[in-house]
Formats: sequence, structure tokens, C-alpha cells
Amino acid sequence: MRRIYLDHAATTPTHPDVVKAMLPFFTDAFGNPSSVYSYGQEAKGAVEEARSKTAELIGARSEEIIFTSGGTEADNFALKGIAYANEHKGNHIITTSIEHHAVMEVCQFLERRGFTITYLPVDEYGLVDPNDVRKAITAKTILISIIHANNEVGTVEPVSEIGEIAKEAEVYFHTDAVQSVGHIPVNVDKLKVDLLSMSAHKLYGPKGAGGLYVRKGTKLVSLMQGGEQEKMRRAGTENVPAIVGLGKAVELAGQEMDKEAERLAGLRDKLTEGLMDKIDHIHLNGHPTRRLPNNVNVSVDFVEGESMLLNLDLEGICASTGSACSSASLEPSHVLLALGLSPEQAHGSLRFTLGRENSEEDMERVLEVLPAIVTKLRAMSPLLKTQK
Amino acid sequence: MSDVWSLYSEKVMDHFKNPRNVGEIENPDGVGHVGNPVCGDIMELYIKVNDGIIVDAKFKTFGCGAAIATSSIVTELVKGKNIKEALKISNKAVTEALDGLPPLKMHCSVLAEEALRSAIEDYLARQKLKK
Repeated sequence: MRRIYLDHAATTPTHPDVVKAMLPFFTDAFGNPSSVYSYGQEAKGAVEEARSKTAELIGARSEEIIFTSGGTEADNFALKGIAYANEHKGNHIITTSIEHHAVMEVCQFLERRGFTITYLPVDEYGLVDPNDVRKAITAKTILISIIHANNEVGTVEPVSEIGEIAKEAEVYFHTDAVQSVGHIPVNVDKLKVDLLSMSAHKLYGPKGAGGLYVRKGTKLVSLMQGGEQEKMRRAGTENVPAIVGLGKAVELAGQEMDKEAERLAGLRDKLTEGLMDKIDHIHLNGHPTRRLPNNVNVSVDFVEGESMLLNLDLEGICASTGSACSSASLEPSHVLLALGLSPEQAHGSLRFTLGRENSEEDMERVLEVLPAIVTKLRAMSPLLKTQK
Repeated sequence: MSDVWSLYSEKVMDHFKNPRNVGEIENPDGVGHVGNPVCGDIMELYIKVNDGIIVDAKFKTFGCGAAIATSSIVTELVKGKNIKEALKISNKAVTEALDGLPPLKMHCSVLAEEALRSAIEDYLARQKLKK
């Protein structure tokens, strides 16, 4: 059976050109970038080339990029790094109620250690009101962290407006741009951010590499000690092949992004409209227009997400849900609840995130298969009866 | 990259794909209603009892694959049993009948046991009223 992968927000297949660029660094060019001899210096050169490509894509300077193991480490580094470097100035951090766990749980960690966190609400589309940010700032605020594009519903936040406010208040501003870098234009000066997290495997790069942009002059405490790598800010031998992969992935993204975003937005709208047309009692989650070009997130009333996913999987279609039946907590997605969805609707959510290998045919296949799945599951749903 | 790494056993997938005894029973002798929307599983179990024997059982479930499979298997396990035997059907028996469940899904088997118990309790309460 042909498999249709529609979960690119979870991870993407590594681009063949990226794999090709990485391979020599496992074998022929295996050196440690810290070594003085040629093997080492070759590897160092490759890392620096990747750094300059990464910087270029987001309008930064090479020396402002710190390579990490991925988006989660970048988020941890930004939040803990700023918090512990600025403890003497204050202990207040502003964030939102729809952050990725890599920001949210770091905030909760800091909260248990004496920091005060403000979790700003969002509207029904998942948008943060910049005025709420302004009002939340106190004399003790040291950091604002707002996700650029939400990983579940795809809503793109007014980051540059918030950046302006942060700048005026002289508060550090971090954005988690893991879902947006390489997919929509991201420029650190336009967004007015001091720190920005990114991840390679969300843009056809390998798993295990990511980066944190740190604006020149921004001091932060290192999470890793034990070596002089990354200008003493992130100890540990560089993951050279993965970093080279990240460099190649951002290079390709820079070339293909605009055209690809337009193509994906067309597929996204086709899928969204088709679902609305073919299934009743279905709702789009997230903003109708201010959203990632590849994200479709819907709630299907009266049915649970995982049971839809399993049925889709039987048809070869891979998607995702905000239902928590597959997690330990059993509570549905905090993002969907923050948008005001009922727990039932959050459990009935489906996320399709499209990517470069998807075609119009794939959208048609989903539209052919999903309505029958919903009908089958609704026939066994005790919720439908109570609605009649 | 094969079935070895699938989330559920073949038995679970069989009951998920072809759930047995879906629906409601008209004029049931007992109805169990358990679960809540916050945790994402709601089960309704209907039983028909003749001379102390459960002759029919049906279910309606809002929930994940495991919740649907445990509901389905419990209706099979309970049919033909007397009330005393039916009360002995534990979540362990449900899990075993499905060749196991992933650890995070064990609560679904508990829910199936509770749905059955709740339906039987409803039946017993109705019997008391009749007397």
C-alpha cells in the first residue's frame, strides 16, 4: 500500500541532497573540529559553512548562531540561559498558554525554582494580543517567550509587534520558530527577537541538530560545561554530520521556500475546503488565514482522534491528533483547550501537516477515505445520541 | 519496520476494525455508563438478562482504539454468563483476551470492567425495584 505522510510538523524525511552532503562527514571527513590537523580543520570548516548558511536564512550573523541538539535544547537554552543570567535583575517571564512543551515545561521548571511566569491567554484562533504582553510587563520582567508559529494549529503570532514592545521595555525576547524556519520568511531583525530556536528535522534536515540564534551582546548561562566548543557556550564535540545536514537543509529551504509555501497553501486550502464540504459537524482549528501554509487542523465532533488516526493508518495515511489517549496524562492538548475547545472537541482533533512529497492526489485520497471513517466511528459514538 | 512495532496486538486491531455488538439494546435490563470527556473515553454498555443469564450485550464507545477494542471484547466475554460469573470479569481478563494492551492503555481495560459492573449494578437495582 502506498503510504501518504501528512505529519511534517512531527518530522520530515531528510532531503536526499542533505543526506548526500552529510555522508562524507561520517567517514572520510570524520575529524573533530577542535583538532589542529587537517581532518579536524576540514570538519571545522564544514561546521562554519553550515553556520553561515543558517545565519543567512534568518538574517543573522554567523557568530550569533549556536548549534544545539535540536529545537528542545534551543528552547531550554534560551529560557534557562536568560533566566539564570538575569536573576539579579528580576524573576518574571512572560509566555503564552499555547507554547510547545519545550518552552512550557521549562517555564514550569523555572516556576518551581522561584521564577514567576505569566501565561498569556489567546483568542479563539490562537492569537496572542500584543497589548496583553505590554500590560504583563513589570519592573521584574527579564524575558518574553512567544512561539512564532504554533505546532498544533499553525497560527502565526504577531511576533514583530511583540518584539517592538519588548524592545521598548528593554526585555529580552525569544521566539520558538521551530515550525516556521524554512517554511515561511523568518528574519530576526524584522521579528525584533533577541533569541530564536530552530530545528533541522522540521525542514528536511536530520534529527539531532538545531540552533539557537542569540543576538550579539545577549548574555546567557550555558547548559553544558566541559569544552570550548561554540565559543564556550555549548560544550561537547559538534555533531558534524548533522550540522552539515542542517546547513544543506537551510540552503535548500532558502531556494525553494517561497514557491513551495504557495504550492502547499493551495493543497492546504483544497483539503480544508473538502473536509468542510464532505463532513458535517467539523470545525477548523486555528486562524483561517494567519496560519502555516502546510497546516490543517480540524475537530470532528462525536469521535475521538486516535481512533480516526488508526483507521487512517489502515489506509496508509499518517496524521496526528491533539487527543491524549496516547499520552500518560490523558488530558487533551493544552493548545486546543487554550483556544476554547471543549475536551470532547480537543479529543476529536486531527492535524494534517503537508510537505514537499505531497500532491493533490494525496489530498483527494484523504477526502475519499476520512468521511467513511467518521461515519463508522459516529455509528458507535454515545455522544451523537445525546445531541439528537 | 513491520508488525512487530505496531502499537496494538492483532487481536486489539481485529476488535477495533470489526467491533462486535455495536449499538444499543431496546428495553435493556441494565445500562452502564462510565468515563468522561476530559480523559477522552466514554463507554455505554447495555445488557439483556434472562433467568439470571446475560443473553445479549451491546456497546457504544467514544474513545481510542483500545477503548473500542475493550468494549467489544467485554460484550463477547459476558454473553452467556450468569450475573455472578459476569461480576468476576476483571480488567485483567479483558486485557488477556486481547493478547495484551500497551501500558498507557491499561486504563481502557479498567473502563471496560467498570462499564460491565455498572450495567450489572443497574440491572440489580432494577430487580430490587420490581420486588
